Formats: sequence, C-alpha cells, structure tokens
Amino acid sequence: MNHAVVRRIAWGAAAALLSFGAQAQNIRVAYIDPLSGAFAQTGEQGLAEFRFAVDQINKRGGVLGGRKLEVLGFDSKVSPQEALNQLKRITDQGIRIITQGNGSNVAGALIEAVNRHNERNPGKEILFLNYAAVDPAFTNDKCSFWHFRFDANADMKMESLTTYMAGQKNIKKVYLINQDYSFGHAVKKAARDYLARKRPDVQIVGDDLHPLGKVTDFAPYVAKIKAAGADTVITGNWGQDMSLLVKAGKDAGLNVDWYTYYAGGLGTPTAMGEAAAGKVKIIAEYHSNVANNKAAKWDADYRKQAPKGNPDFYFLRGKIMWEMLAKAINQAKSAEPKAIALALEGMRHAADLGEVEMRKSDHQLIQPLYVFTLHKTAARGGPKEARIDMEGSGLAPVTDARLEAFTSAQPTSCQMKRP
Amino acid sequence: MEFVLVQTLNGISYGLLLFMLSSGLTLVFSLMGVLNFAHASFYMLGAYFAYQVSAQIGFWPGLVFAPLLVGALGMLVERWGLRTVHKYGHVAELLFTFGLAYLIEEAVHLIWGRLAVEYRVPAELDGPLFHIMGSQYPIYRGFMMLVSVTMLVSIWLALTRTRIGLVIQAALTHPQTVEALGHNVPRVFMLVFGGGAALAGLAGVIGGNAFVTEPGMAAAVGPIIFVIVVVGGMGSLAGAFVASLLIGCIQTFAVSLDWAFGGISIAQAAPVLPYLLMVLLLIFRPKGLMGTREG
Repeated sequence: MNHAVVRRIAWGAAAALLSFGAQAQNIRVAYIDPLSGAFAQTGEQGLAEFRFAVDQINKRGGVLGGRKLEVLGFDSKVSPQEALNQLKRITDQGIRIITQGNGSNVAGALIEAVNRHNERNPGKEILFLNYAAVDPAFTNDKCSFWHFRFDANADMKMESLTTYMAGQKNIKKVYLINQDYSFGHAVKKAARDYLARKRPDVQIVGDDLHPLGKVTDFAPYVAKIKAAGADTVITGNWGQDMSLLVKAGKDAGLNVDWYTYYAGGLGTPTAMGEAAAGKVKIIAEYHSNVANNKAAKWDADYRKQAPKGNPDFYFLRGKIMWEMLAKAINQAKSAEPKAIALALEGMRHAADLGEVEMRKSDHQLIQPLYVFTLHKTAARGGPKEARIDMEGSGLAPVTDARLEAFTSAQPTSCQMKRP
Repeated sequence: MEFVLVQTLNGISYGLLLFMLSSGLTLVFSLMGVLNFAHASFYMLGAYFAYQVSAQIGFWPGLVFAPLLVGALGMLVERWGLRTVHKYGHVAELLFTFGLAYLIEEAVHLIWGRLAVEYRVPAELDGPLFHIMGSQYPIYRGFMMLVSVTMLVSIWLALTRTRIGLVIQAALTHPQTVEALGHNVPRVFMLVFGGGAALAGLAGVIGGNAFVTEPGMAAAVGPIIFVIVVVGGMGSLAGAFVASLLIGCIQTFAVSLDWAFGGISIAQAAPVLPYLLMVLLLIFRPKGLMGTREG
C-alpha cells in the first residue's frame, strides 16, 4: 500500500517536472489492459502489436513533422476498479490518449470516467480509443464524443454472420449456446432477431446460457444439441468455454457447423486441435490467409519479432487505429484530444483490406468483415489456401466470404453531445 | 430414451472423474485433519506432467509416471512443509496449502506458459466406443470410467486387506494408540498425503486431455471437489463416491431441463445446484450424507 502511494507521488512529481518542457515530447498513449493474471497473455499480445505499429509510424517520421508516438502499458487486470485507478495515474502523468479493449465492463467504466473527467477539466480532455470492447451500447445510448470504437460491435458481427448464413441453404436447425453475461445475452438476442429477419424458415431448436468459465464438462450440453437435431450452432463463447464445447462435440460425434466470434482467440485453436478442422467458422476483420492481403508484409514482419508464445498477427483493426490516429493528428496539426476527435469523426481511410469509415454519428468504425473456417493446413492435407496456421496449432483460417463494410452497418440511437 | 441413456452415461463418467479428484482430498482430511487447498493443484500438475511425459515417450508411460511423480512431490511437501507447519495447528496448515496452491499455479505459468498446452487423447483411445441409436459414446469416456472404478477397488482393497491399510484405518481414529503400538504415524501421514496427491495426479492425467490442460484448470475444479467432500461427509470415502455420482448426475440432468422458474431455467442454474445442495446439507445434515463427524 505504502509503495503505491510513494510511487504515485513520485510519478506525480516526475510528470510535473516533465510537463515544463513537454512541447517536443513524444505523444504518449496509455494502453489499459490485463498485463497480469489469467488474461495477461491476451493483454501482452495487444501491447506487442501496438508497439510494433507505433515503431513503424515513428520509422516513417512520426507525426507533426517529427514527433514520435509512444505506447505505455497499464495493467487493468480486467477489473473496472483497477482500470479507473490506472486512469488516475495516467491523468497524473499528463497522458491524454488511452486505448483499451478487453472487457466491455471495463470499457463502460472508462467511458463514464472519461466523460466525467473531460467535463471537469476543460483543456485537459482525454481521448478513448476502443479496439475490442464490443457492447453495442457504447455506440448507441451510451455513446460519447470522446470514445471511438475500431472493432465491429456484437450486433454488427451478427449482422454480417447472418447475412452469410442466409445464403447457406443447408442450415435448417440452429442451436444457440452462450455464456450467461451481458455479451452472451447480446449475441443470443441478435442471433434470434437477425435470423428471424433473414431466414424465417430456419428453426431455432435450442437456446442455452451457461455460467461464464465454470463448466468443465460440456458433454451434457452436446447431448442436448444432438437430441435437438441441430445442424448449426451459433456461439459467442470464448476461452475455455469455446474449446471445451468443440472438443465435447467431437467426442460425441456431433456433426454441426460452429459459427463463432472468438474461436480464433489466443490459445483456443491449440486447445480445440483437429476437432475444429472444417467445422469451426469465425467472423472477424482479418486473418493471415485473406486474399489480396496488403497487410501481408506487415503480418510477416510482425511475426519475425513477435514475443515467444504469441506468434500471430491478430489485430488488423489495431493497425487501422494507429494509422487513423496518426492521420488525425497530422490533419488537426495538433495532439490535443479535442482536435484529434474532430479530425477522426467521419474520417475515411484506405485500409489494407478496403476503405473504412469512422462514422460521425456514433464513432463506430465501419469496416469489411470476413467469415472464415479453420482447416487443416495445406501441408497436412487441408485446402491450398490454408497456408499460415494459427499459433502453430496446425489449424489455418480460410475465407468463406468477404462481407463489405456496408453489410454490417447498423442504425444508431446515439445522440452525440459535442463540446 | 436414448437421450436419457446418453446423459446417464455422461453423468456417471463425469461423477467418476470427480470421485478420482475428491477421494484423495477426503482421505487426507480424514487421516490428517488437513483440508488441502492445493489438492486441485496436484490435479493440474498431473495433467502437465502427463503432457510432458507423453510428448517424450507416449501416453501410457505418462499414465504411470505422472501420478507417481505427483505422489513423490506430495510426500516431499508433507515431509518438508506440512510436518513443520503442523505444530502451529490446523489454521497454519490450511494457510500453508492455500499458499502452496498459488505457488504451484505460478510455477506452472513459468514453466509451461499461460496458454493451453497440446495434451491430446492418444489415437488408440480416440473414437467412438459404441453407438446408441445414432449417438456415439467416446472410448475415452469409457476409459475414464474403467480407470476410476479400478482405482476405487484398489483403494478399498488396500485399506481393508493390507497391513498398511489397517494401520491407516487405525490411525484415522486412534493415532495415539497406533503410535504407542510402535508404528511410525508421521510416515503414515506422509504416505497418505503422497497417495492423495497421486490420486489427484491420476485424475489430472485422465482429465487433462479429456478437457483442457491450462493453468486455470485447478481453479475450475477446486470448489466442486470441496462440495463433494462436504456433501459426502468429511472423511468418508464411500460418501465421496456417492456424492460424486450424485453431483455428476445432477449437473448433467439439470442441463437437460428447460423448465423455467421466474425467468431462470434449471439448465441455466445447473452449475450452481451442487453448491445449493451443499448449503442445504450443511443446514439440515451438517455431517454430510455418510459422514460420522458432527460439524
């Protein structure tokens, strides 16, 4: 406890000293995500990718004719309370831009805190760049001028996923299984609504919610899916809830296609193993075997220096985020959050896989998405597109469909209050 | 009908795995009065050791060596850790095992990393054992049942038919007398603690590849095995057996029930039911189903 206080005072003093001659300083961005505990590796992955992205921008000359960007890691422990403590440290250090992605609960707390801070400290506003927290509320009723989301939200992903599913005539009976918390509920609701609209002939034969991360044995759920006669399962599960489900399905000889959000998440392909081959589909903005991949060199360069244990390049949206931030700073000719935010609003950007737009009305990035299936790598008898596997698991993503940016765009209920 | 049969088999096989896990815990508790918080960590170590051994020389040697290694580690922990802490009483022992659990988890992080490792079911056990009207039942689940039933029978034989078993049973109730008769009670303690750890290790070898081998696996099963020990009755092996099967089946069948009360279906509440059972049992029958001690 004493340590923390001493450290805070020291940081405060250091920040005060630095702020005197800070004009030609680096533009610092605080990365608030888990850097210890069970999700540390996920947090470390984002940090490593962002450091790489920032290095690339700095090598090309930085922003504002020579100033450099810098990312600093702050441990959120995926806890809203911890993230708010870190936000205090961050403001004490005079950092004005933050980025976060793991946990919509954390993102929600940060949005509120940033709004409050910015109201009380005019001229010292903070900008929040969200790269992965997908609760639709953040760009609807909880939208904020200071928050920008670079990931497609849960509803947008389901919109694209169901657009793809609408064309799959072999889908007749769908089973929904999700984790029993806000995100799982959002996936369940969106799946029901959008399927009813796009494929009214599809029958929803089952709908289960199970506690988050507490189920060891998914065999009973699989027996239920099987008894319901489902040919397709939609799930927002992540982590071990995802891998255990697919493994249990394979053991029981369950023959279904899995439509997922996060089966590509760190560690999951390894845990699922070949049980997933040809069966598991994922919706995301990027995978390493995507066609006409203008980010291929970036991807390869990243892999060459990637930390051990996190070999893959995962967040194309992270690359997009940093490129757009640099562009906005240059356009605004300022590193002031308000000026950056005004430049980011409505910005169009020629990203590696097609044009993206930061929608002005709700600060949601509209970008193309891909539905892809995990296959055995070409070397192990899979399709020839299955070149680069995920985390050395022998499972490689292959595109099923590209869904253009407009497919996923949703109406928004956001009533943005601009300063 | 077919569905009920499949779910019954699922329930029994899961219950038997839970029994493998909790038998060691209840043995250690009954003999030493130590509620070993690190028990689930030995389960995790069993899985990781088996992963390491099977990567080098195959699954079957792993099945033998991994529990032995975990057992040896358990004995070392008892000899050089618990025995020293013992004189400060049960609270100190409890805290010791509590800390040990964290220590083991961090050690696993350091050695094997934070992600799941690729510990797979061996090819000869991978596939369907039989089909029940279109549903298939995996060989590996059958194997799980076989191992745990074999284990149950051997523990029972060892406790009732061997000399050391009789000494252990005697030390259960009358440690002073046993000591007075010239038996080395501390060594019996060490053997039992090591044996308990080895049983957890064996469960890890079997459970690690049936499910996922990752650093969170100890925390995932930790609470449920305590529930089993409490429900079965502290220190009762037979109680643990009945409670394991009961809880395995309750969880499995609850998942199948979609009846809803006040917006929450039984299926949704399935994983919470064992804890509910424990709370009710503690209120109405604190000694557990087959326990002999009060409170």
